[in-house]
Amino acid sequence: MEEILEILSKDARTTPAEIAKMVGKSESAVKTAIRKFEKNGTIVRYKTVIDSTKVKEAKNKVRALIEVSVSPQKNVGFDNVAERIYSFPEVTSCYLLSGAYDLLVIVEGEDLQTVSNFVAAKLSSMEAVRSTTTHFLLKKYKEDGYILEKKSKVKRLNISY
Amino acid sequence: MDYQISKVVKGLAPSGIRAFFDLVLGMKDVISLGVGEPDFMTPWHVREEAIHSLEKGYTSYTSNKGMPELRKTITQFLHKRYGLNYNFDDEVLITVGVSEGLDLVMRALINPGDKVLIHQPCYVSYAPTVQLAGGTPVLIDTNASTDFKLTPQALEKACVKGCKILMLNYPCNPTGASYSKKELNALAQVIKKKDLIVVSDEVYDELTYDFDHTPLATLPGMRDRVVYMNGFSKAYAMTGFRIAWASGPAEIIAAMTKIHQYTMLCASITGQIAAIEALKHGQKPVQDMKREYNRRRRFVVEGLNELGLTCHMPQGAFYVFPSIQKTGMSSMDFAQNLLHEQKVALVPGIAFGTNAEGFVRISYASSYENLKEALERIAKFVKRDEA
Ligand SMILES: Cc1ncc(COP(=O)(O)O)c(C=O)c1O
Repeated sequence: MEEILEILSKDARTTPAEIAKMVGKSESAVKTAIRKFEKNGTIVRYKTVIDSTKVKEAKNKVRALIEVSVSPQKNVGFDNVAERIYSFPEVTSCYLLSGAYDLLVIVEGEDLQTVSNFVAAKLSSMEAVRSTTTHFLLKKYKEDGYILEKKSKVKRLNISY
Repeated sequence: MDYQISKVVKGLAPSGIRAFFDLVLGMKDVISLGVGEPDFMTPWHVREEAIHSLEKGYTSYTSNKGMPELRKTITQFLHKRYGLNYNFDDEVLITVGVSEGLDLVMRALINPGDKVLIHQPCYVSYAPTVQLAGGTPVLIDTNASTDFKLTPQALEKACVKGCKILMLNYPCNPTGASYSKKELNALAQVIKKKDLIVVSDEVYDELTYDFDHTPLATLPGMRDRVVYMNGFSKAYAMTGFRIAWASGPAEIIAAMTKIHQYTMLCASITGQIAAIEALKHGQKPVQDMKREYNRRRRFVVEGLNELGLTCHMPQGAFYVFPSIQKTGMSSMDFAQNLLHEQKVALVPGIAFGTNAEGFVRISYASSYENLKEALERIAKFVKRDEA
């Protein structure tokens, strides 16, 4: 039933009836399995990948990757600091890393100013935060396994033996 | 001027199908289920390796037999994958696709008048390569009642005097038929009894879905009478690189090499370098593609059977071979009308054998979106016709 996850992660719109055909199981068995994955949190949610540069009206949001060094706290380590940081809605992703700094925080905002303000006012001012380095994202080439730049067309002939 | 074109060439089956192909190729916005190659692009690590080799200046000829490193990589792979043992030095020849290998093996083995057994429906180049080499094809009909498998009985019955070679292909293009080890063993008994040499085209071996593929050469008594053909076109999605190999008894490989050195010199070095990379590091992409094909296979077979275009579950390759008999149309009419009315392309069965009338070949080397849309269009076509 793990195969269902692979199929849905490629196209979340694939219906249980279609999945049933693909994996050779009954539709009801597939539905039950999906419900179980949803209940136990294996499937977190279904989302749509959008290339925001193609959306006409939407003001392009600014994204920044922020390296954060923190002082771990007694007993709770990094988790508490991380929670205080990722709870801000501006934070879209937050990872604990090995290496030169501790947390990688990805922040999205309306414009440069908003993001800068967030870093200065909210992040840097936290007691546990020792230092931050902010990198503004200039261009997206590939995201979540999908190449955004140009879709390369299949170049094969339409008919062959 | 009368060019007096070779009688043998003139005698090759005229391709009525050619006109249909040209029609498809000239049409825009067609959803095609008529393609005999993967829809996946060659995995990037392979393309990258090819680019890198060009940057480093690998642009020369290679040895006639092919780069020793590629031949060694192949023999090691065959040993690990199937327990098949060939000597890289004199039992392997790198060819320009299985296509060239087929031509070479027929020319190397056939004396005028020798007969070659071919099961049909089958890949289109078998009979012509036999004829071009001066041999006579002896066609064995396979049919839907045995899921288009060649049976030992049919083989034995067809094996008349003068039959020297059996041209075997599994998984089969266009039917997807393949054989379990047990079924192969039964065929092997007849092969031994009739003292046949077998040219075994196993280019779709990695795309076997319901059981493990067994190379014929691994069965007792078979290695000395089998020329095993495989290549990189299908499993590794490398059709345009044109690299394949033949492995078999040294005497046959030497004879093939003799022709190859005069007519081809060697396969392209860029392709050979890419092939080494594919074999060494390409197993995960192969398995990923296989899983994808397998899902599509089930999806398409279900969809077609729901429409009453009955088909068996093909065991390999990326083709389904449904019956269109309930429409009352010939396979060519079906293909042409479907193309005109719904802009869906597929290959009429008749292209693959005189006994394949009433069937069409559908290739599922195409995205789900395409397969789904195509099935909907075929449904409209079939239903309108019924109304
Ligand atoms: C059964 C079979 N054999 C051989 C070939 C030719 O393959 P290659 O690209 O290695 O010449 C094909 C290609 O469609 C095929 O289907």
